[in-house]
Amino acid sequence: MQRSLNNTSIFYNVDWITVLTYLLLILMGWLNIYAAVYNEDHYVITDISQKYGKQLIWIGTSLMLALIILIIDENFYTAFAYFIFGALLLANIAVPFLGREVKGSSSWFRFGDFGIQPAEFMKFAANLALAKFLSNQNIKIADYKNTFISLLIIGIPAIIIMKLQNETGLAIVFAAFIFMLYREGLSVNYLLLGFLAIILFILALMINNLYLFIIIGSLCAIALLFIKRNAKNLFIIAAIGIVACTMVRGTTYVYDHMEDHQKTRIDVLLGRGTVNLKDEGYNVNQAKIAIGSGGFSGKGYLQGTQTKYNFVPEQDTDFIFCTVGEEWGFLGSTLVIILQLFLIIRLVFMAERQRSSFSRIYGYGVASVLFFHLTVNIGMTIGLAPVIGIPLPFFSYGGSSLWSFTILLFIFIKLDSKRLQILR
Amino acid sequence: MNNQLADRKFIIIGVFVLVGLIYISRLFYIQVVDDTYKLDARNQAFRYTTEFPIRGYIYDRNNKLLVYNEAAYDLMVLPKNVKNIDTMDLCGLLGITKEQFLKKMKKAIQAPNSPRKESVFEKQLSPKDYASLQEVLYRFPGFFVQSRTLRKYPKKIAAHMLGYIGEADKRTTEKDSYYREGDYLGISGIEKSYEKVLRGKKGMHIIMKDVNNRDMGSYMNGLYDTAAISGKPLITTIDADLQEYAEQLMQNKIGSVVAIDPSTGEILAIVTSPTYDPNLFVGRARNKNFAELSLDSIGKPLFNRSTMASYPPGSTFKLVMALIGLNEGVLTAQTRYPCARGYPPLGGRPKCHPHGSPMDLEGAIGTSCNSYFSYVFKSVIEDKKYHNTYKAYANWREIATSFCLGTKTGSDLANELRGNVPSIAYYDKVFGQGSWKASTVISLGIGQNELGITPLQNANLVAIIANKGWYYTPHIVKAIDGNPNDTILDKFKVKHYTKIKDTAIYNVVIAGMAKAVEGGTAAALKIEGIPYCAKTGTAQNPHGKDHSVFVCFAPKENPKIAIGILIENAGFGSTYAGPIARLMMEKYLKGEITRPDLEKRMLETDLIHKGKNAAVAEQH
Repeated sequence: MQRSLNNTSIFYNVDWITVLTYLLLILMGWLNIYAAVYNEDHYVITDISQKYGKQLIWIGTSLMLALIILIIDENFYTAFAYFIFGALLLANIAVPFLGREVKGSSSWFRFGDFGIQPAEFMKFAANLALAKFLSNQNIKIADYKNTFISLLIIGIPAIIIMKLQNETGLAIVFAAFIFMLYREGLSVNYLLLGFLAIILFILALMINNLYLFIIIGSLCAIALLFIKRNAKNLFIIAAIGIVACTMVRGTTYVYDHMEDHQKTRIDVLLGRGTVNLKDEGYNVNQAKIAIGSGGFSGKGYLQGTQTKYNFVPEQDTDFIFCTVGEEWGFLGSTLVIILQLFLIIRLVFMAERQRSSFSRIYGYGVASVLFFHLTVNIGMTIGLAPVIGIPLPFFSYGGSSLWSFTILLFIFIKLDSKRLQILR
Repeated sequence: MNNQLADRKFIIIGVFVLVGLIYISRLFYIQVVDDTYKLDARNQAFRYTTEFPIRGYIYDRNNKLLVYNEAAYDLMVLPKNVKNIDTMDLCGLLGITKEQFLKKMKKAIQAPNSPRKESVFEKQLSPKDYASLQEVLYRFPGFFVQSRTLRKYPKKIAAHMLGYIGEADKRTTEKDSYYREGDYLGISGIEKSYEKVLRGKKGMHIIMKDVNNRDMGSYMNGLYDTAAISGKPLITTIDADLQEYAEQLMQNKIGSVVAIDPSTGEILAIVTSPTYDPNLFVGRARNKNFAELSLDSIGKPLFNRSTMASYPPGSTFKLVMALIGLNEGVLTAQTRYPCARGYPPLGGRPKCHPHGSPMDLEGAIGTSCNSYFSYVFKSVIEDKKYHNTYKAYANWREIATSFCLGTKTGSDLANELRGNVPSIAYYDKVFGQGSWKASTVISLGIGQNELGITPLQNANLVAIIANKGWYYTPHIVKAIDGNPNDTILDKFKVKHYTKIKDTAIYNVVIAGMAKAVEGGTAAALKIEGIPYCAKTGTAQNPHGKDHSVFVCFAPKENPKIAIGILIENAGFGSTYAGPIARLMMEKYLKGEITRPDLEKRMLETDLIHKGKNAAVAEQH
């Protein structure tokens, strides 16, 4: 207390390791964007007619945002958590009606050359709201009612973004908060249920449903042989069996109601049917070729041919990792994954050292969102996850996503810098 | 409770780390272990262009150009990249039908080609077609042009000696990885024997492409590119004027002439007749021309007689018989043998033509007496000092082969026949061991029986006599890349000696040959101011009329040219073979012809189309 009162510097107690990792990542990201869209006519890296020049503007403004966040009193975020959430929710509802439609996407506010995607900012707002709600002394997430409210805070923005803005990728990110909820006491059953759902979804698409039912039935029967046969266990196993079978049926339903491009993305991932590498399989195949051709130590900076010459689509945004893989090879790719994971795990440790549960919950939220982005984004480029259009944190080109990740991260850095103060 | 929940951080971190490890393993697999992506990347982002080196030019001994190159352009296709093209437009530009187009595309896609492999779509576009195509080629992704060089022959001579180039087939590429299918390489002649010198070294350029198949410049600024190294030019030993003249004289005659400079072993002219214009084997009409030439079953213009045909040496071999007889001491210049229109001991076989009898060696050479040399052969094989036929025959054969008979000369002409001097084992097989003797194989003495000699060996034999017992391996290349001391040519600077080294022995035979010109069978073929030596003759031919044979060297002292000539089914040597050799010697030594009448007669003589009867009438 004494120390912090004497030291009014906004940088006091800031976790520099996190800040430096952040800076390192955006620097690497910027260099990769330069490499991905490099052309000899515009070789000046600060040329703002090119994406790498624009990204420099986004980086500069992000650093300003970071500074502003550090200047603002930490109590602002707790006090205005719901307000920010509500305001951004409104903005997200409004954008399809107010924003100009660009390339079939109605999720952008446009200002001349630049655009803002409010859905990106929904992440930190939802995170603030969740932290605010769950940090209430009286709230126990284990209560079904509270679980339900938490799921609403996550679900409403997700549904708005998916249904109104047609941005499935940005909506799916909200599922990331399950890690944070788990840490805050959400029954492990939810996680297992989610895991079971994913497994069954895949199996249901790969195997004849009838066989799957038989397998589920058999597994249940075998389970009954090994545990005490009483009414409770019987009920649980029957419930699991029925839920599992419902999920299998549900899969068909969900799949049938997906849009065609989503179906093909899943088909490509699972290798269902014949994948045409020139058509629906093109993106993923080209991504794998670019990364795979990098070899152990890469082709060297600016020497990539697959990304630079546009074989890989979206190579500066969602598929930026291809440039890393191609030019920096296995060494560089691994370094990027390790750096990202280092940051995420560092955030987990920082969250755990908070006295305030608000700060802790928020910190877990940040880690969860970053992890989800990392997993899905890199996973899709190496064929381990379906193609979902979400950016690689700090790497992908784009102002909204960089701003959003910066805000998300720096609010926590600010909260963390005040961890020694009062309990919120 | 809170502590219990805090433990969940380990599970969460565990999940994070696990995903990280899975991803890193996956990256390790696709980036380090699995090579398919690297190949895919190269295939789609690189175009490997081969820079074909300029094939070495070929000159004659006086630096007259014999072979040079002309640019040609192959239209290549990489079927994988062909998309959205206006087929009819391309067909129009190339002047082909849609069916032909589809056929060519099919060929480019099917094995041994593949959609991922570039192959020739249309061969050897003319520079004009190329120019108009080049401008619009960007409209046809997947198609590109590769420049090649074609051989051109300013003088239409020496087709067999020069040989031709053709495309490497699968067998070649399997044997030598330097070649890719469709590459040009020497198939025959010196194009083949000097292939490695002439071809140079291919260069490779890696061009980067973008997704729209546009060239994006060379990869890594050409770090991995290699430049083509031009082939080295050859200076041959051929005298283009003499070669051309000889070919003209040999027109409409079937046979071969080889002229050698005895002092160096350099081949001055090597003619196979009938011959063909080497330009016929170049360009798109090549296959058609080739087929047409193959159809000529009488002239067999594709058959390289000078090194690939084996004839009975006939009268020429009597010179060798004389040398062996003198060497073995069973014969002297004064030895006389009778002739009764044939060899008396065997009832007049082998037969002979009418002439005075008995005769000494000089006279026998001059008249080419069959009886005389049958006696000589018998005396050599039955020579007492060898105790038995086998030892004497072995000795005879050893000496004969030392004149480069029955063995390849080792020249640098691509394909060479060995010829034949029958072995003891051969006769044992034919007649049974111990069941043959001199009289059984008596006609070996007059150069018949199984004896076989190529025109090149024939000329070399004359050169050996002219040199009095030694020779340099006959060869056709004088200098490589201007360097006469290239190590490849070292083997042509080694003097080979025959088993007969006494020059006095040669002098006897040479005197006989000189006599033939001064007052013998070749008396009508004297050259003013140049005394020379010759031997006319016939070679009996089991398949028809005798071959006309003539060997000679000139001048008598310090010989500069030795010629062996054989004209198939043309009768006695002095009728056609002699005059042609005489004209060649005069042309080479004097540069002008003093016997235009003879020249005219030889140029106009047509032994192919006139038929055999007409030739008989003109016989000596």
